[in-house]
Amino acid sequence: MGVTPILFWILSVMALFSALMVITSKNPMHSVIWLIIVFFAISGHYLLLNAQFLAIVNIIVYAGAIMVLFLYVLMLMDLKKETEPQKNRWLKLAGAVAGGSLLLVLIAALKKADIANQIAETRTGDIGLIENLGKVLFNDYVVPFEISSILFLSAMVGAVVIGKKE
Amino acid sequence: MKNALELSYLVPLFPLIGFLIIGLGRKYLSKPLTGIIGCGVILASFLVSIWIFFDVKEGNSGVVDYFNFISAGSLKVPFSFQIDALSSLFLLIITGVGFLIHVYSVSYMHHESKEHFARYFSYLNLFVFSMLLLVMGGNFVILFIGWEGVGLCSYLLIGYWFKNTEYNYAARKAFVMNRIGDLAFLIAIFMIIAKVGSVNFADVFSAEALQKLSPSVTIITLLLFVGATGKSAQIPLYTWLPDAMAGPTPVSALIHAATMVTAGIYMIARSNLLYSLSDVTSNIVAYIGLATALLAATIALKQNDIKRVLAYSTVSQLGYMFLALGVGAYTAAVFHVMTHAFFKALLFLGSGSVIHAMSGEQDIRNMGGLSKKLKITFFTFTVGCIAIAGIPPFSGFFSKDAILLSAFEKNPILYGIALFTALLTAFYMFRLLFVTFTGKFRGTHEQEHHVHESPSLMTVPLIILAILSIIGGFVGIPEVFAAGGDKITEFLSPVIAKSAGHEVSHSTEYMLMGLSTGLVILTIVFAWFRFKNYQPKEEKGFGKVLENKWYVDELYDKVIANPLNKFAGFLNNFFERFIIDGIVNGVGRAVNYGSRQIRLLQSGQVGSYVLLMVLSILLLLVYQFFIKK
Amino acid sequence: MQVNYYIYLSVALFCIGIVGVLTRRNAIIIFMCIELMLNAVNLLLVAFSKMHHFKNAAIDASAGSDGQLFVFFIMVVAAAEVSVGLAIIVMMYRNIHSVDINFLNRLKH
Repeated sequence: MGVTPILFWILSVMALFSALMVITSKNPMHSVIWLIIVFFAISGHYLLLNAQFLAIVNIIVYAGAIMVLFLYVLMLMDLKKETEPQKNRWLKLAGAVAGGSLLLVLIAALKKADIANQIAETRTGDIGLIENLGKVLFNDYVVPFEISSILFLSAMVGAVVIGKKE
Repeated sequence: MKNALELSYLVPLFPLIGFLIIGLGRKYLSKPLTGIIGCGVILASFLVSIWIFFDVKEGNSGVVDYFNFISAGSLKVPFSFQIDALSSLFLLIITGVGFLIHVYSVSYMHHESKEHFARYFSYLNLFVFSMLLLVMGGNFVILFIGWEGVGLCSYLLIGYWFKNTEYNYAARKAFVMNRIGDLAFLIAIFMIIAKVGSVNFADVFSAEALQKLSPSVTIITLLLFVGATGKSAQIPLYTWLPDAMAGPTPVSALIHAATMVTAGIYMIARSNLLYSLSDVTSNIVAYIGLATALLAATIALKQNDIKRVLAYSTVSQLGYMFLALGVGAYTAAVFHVMTHAFFKALLFLGSGSVIHAMSGEQDIRNMGGLSKKLKITFFTFTVGCIAIAGIPPFSGFFSKDAILLSAFEKNPILYGIALFTALLTAFYMFRLLFVTFTGKFRGTHEQEHHVHESPSLMTVPLIILAILSIIGGFVGIPEVFAAGGDKITEFLSPVIAKSAGHEVSHSTEYMLMGLSTGLVILTIVFAWFRFKNYQPKEEKGFGKVLENKWYVDELYDKVIANPLNKFAGFLNNFFERFIIDGIVNGVGRAVNYGSRQIRLLQSGQVGSYVLLMVLSILLLLVYQFFIKK
Repeated sequence: MQVNYYIYLSVALFCIGIVGVLTRRNAIIIFMCIELMLNAVNLLLVAFSKMHHFKNAAIDASAGSDGQLFVFFIMVVAAAEVSVGLAIIVMMYRNIHSVDINFLNRLKH
């Protein structure tokens, strides 16, 4: 049993458990915490796959910026422990069943996929390095890069406009 | 010189053109011009008919195909004319008498406005066109087209003065009763198509076709006869004819005396080979014809409207013709059609003259003593009465005698009843004559001042028809008088096979003739004494029954019309409202309901939207990966 | 590490995210579950990129890098989306003083 599988399993269990806790926590603050843990687990996976750049960016952007934003908004809403009545029990059941069936269907469908037994290289591989990624980004994908800056601009403007007090 | 057969299309074409020109141009044409066009086209058709007649006499008959009218599978119905002895004879009658009546109408209808005058003539021309199609048609379908066409024109012309609701009812009654007969006719045509595969006369009357038809020939001939009863006003579909007198008098003369009502006779005469094969139907035809003749004659005894007497007389004479057809004397029936056209048209036009002189009065109880002022009318009317009574040597005698003789050969009882009816005929006709023209004038002073003889456009046709009524019988002189004198039977023999010849001896024949003539003269004398100083009085008892036409109309109303109306009402209230409207409205309601339910999907609940999205994706995936192999 | 393990993991996370979206009523929690789903997809993309790299490293040195760059852009978009989405939620809260999505049916009116 090499290190890689063990690490993989630990990180996976951590991610799955935390995800389940996200959706079942009553207190929204707790959900946020659990989600941050999920992000860390995912970043761990990235590192395992030697996608270093993405691992760091994941932490910084997702766990750092986005989740903090969520926390701010949550604190803005003076929410006591989900005070409103629960969603209709049948709808919750239906939702769970739908999601569960989707899971089953996807797994069943992908089980037979041809690529199932191919190897995803772990712990090595240069492409995750920031230098190489940067090269590809600025050579081949520079246009989407620039457009994404416009996207950010519009998102900023949108957020400000929407959030303005009339 | 072209063969007359090739130009036969001209005969119906002229009236059709007349109909189109006058009908479309009715607002623009002046009355004299309309009259000239209307009469001129009929005259043109008459001239061509004469030419065709002589051509056929030479032996030049045949079928002329124009184009393929219906071609459906193995059934081919060509638009064809059959020009032979029977049709050419009818052509002469229709166009000849038609022309005279058109000329008469120009004067009779002169007080109508320009458009209505033109409307009248366009309808009249359309009628002649349809009647010509009927007699010239080379197969049952073309005959039926003409059959329907004359029914339509009859409706249009009876309801000519459409502002009067009673007249509209009469027109509707005529059309509906015709229609009932038409249904039977159509079924008969369908059966013929089923058995023979063709409707052409040449095919249907050929030997093999007759063999194919013979098992069902009784039904077919019976159905055809029902159609004929509708058109030719026999029991039970005769009550429309007296009411049809609501139309202008020339219309009554042309349609309801001389031509349309004889369409049934024509059709049966044309199908004589079929009728000879079925004894049952022939007997039924004879009995119904005789019964109708007797019934109508009894009703005519007590009618007081001058036109109604003549209408019932027409029904009665048609009954005679059907009697002749029923006993197998097809030629005698056609002969009587011809003579009847002459004297009945004469009588109707004469009555029109009287009505015109009396400023629209039609009740004979208010007339009397008109013979001094209306000399020509009186004289021609008398000629008509003598002809219809059957006194030699006027035309009615020869034709009626031929019928009576054939009836006697079949069954002396038939002869007896027919003779009695003939006596009734003489009685009521001369009653009409005497009450109207002799005695003292019983109308108002206004009318008395206005009484005057009709203009020449009206009297000249009267005179011509009177002459024809006198000499018209000489084409059918029976054997006993002159060998080879029965020209009409000779002429019609290619179409109507000559019967074996009379079985009665000459002396019997003379005796029968003498008997009928003598009794008729006695009846006339009796009528003279009875009616020469007529005073109207109220009818009682049996007379009242006759005056009310044996209450047949009321019977029909009670037994047929009212139940049908109730049934229709029931269907409307229950069936239409609940079921059909229910279904139609129900569809609307269902759509409404469904859309309301579907609208609930648009609940605005985001959660349900997402749920549905997920479910759909799930289904798509399942389909994609597992079902589509 | 065979790639199918990554596939199963990613699918599981994704479905958990879906169940979360369907089950919860708090709009913010739902948003977070959407982020969870996005991350699951990101993980899978990275795994596939490594797989391609492994397969094609001999031919092309940067064989799988587009997968990882795609993840980069997804993060970009996610960030923008979160900012705008949260702004909307804040607005909603200001109007109806609740973030319950069932109250969103007022959009109907």
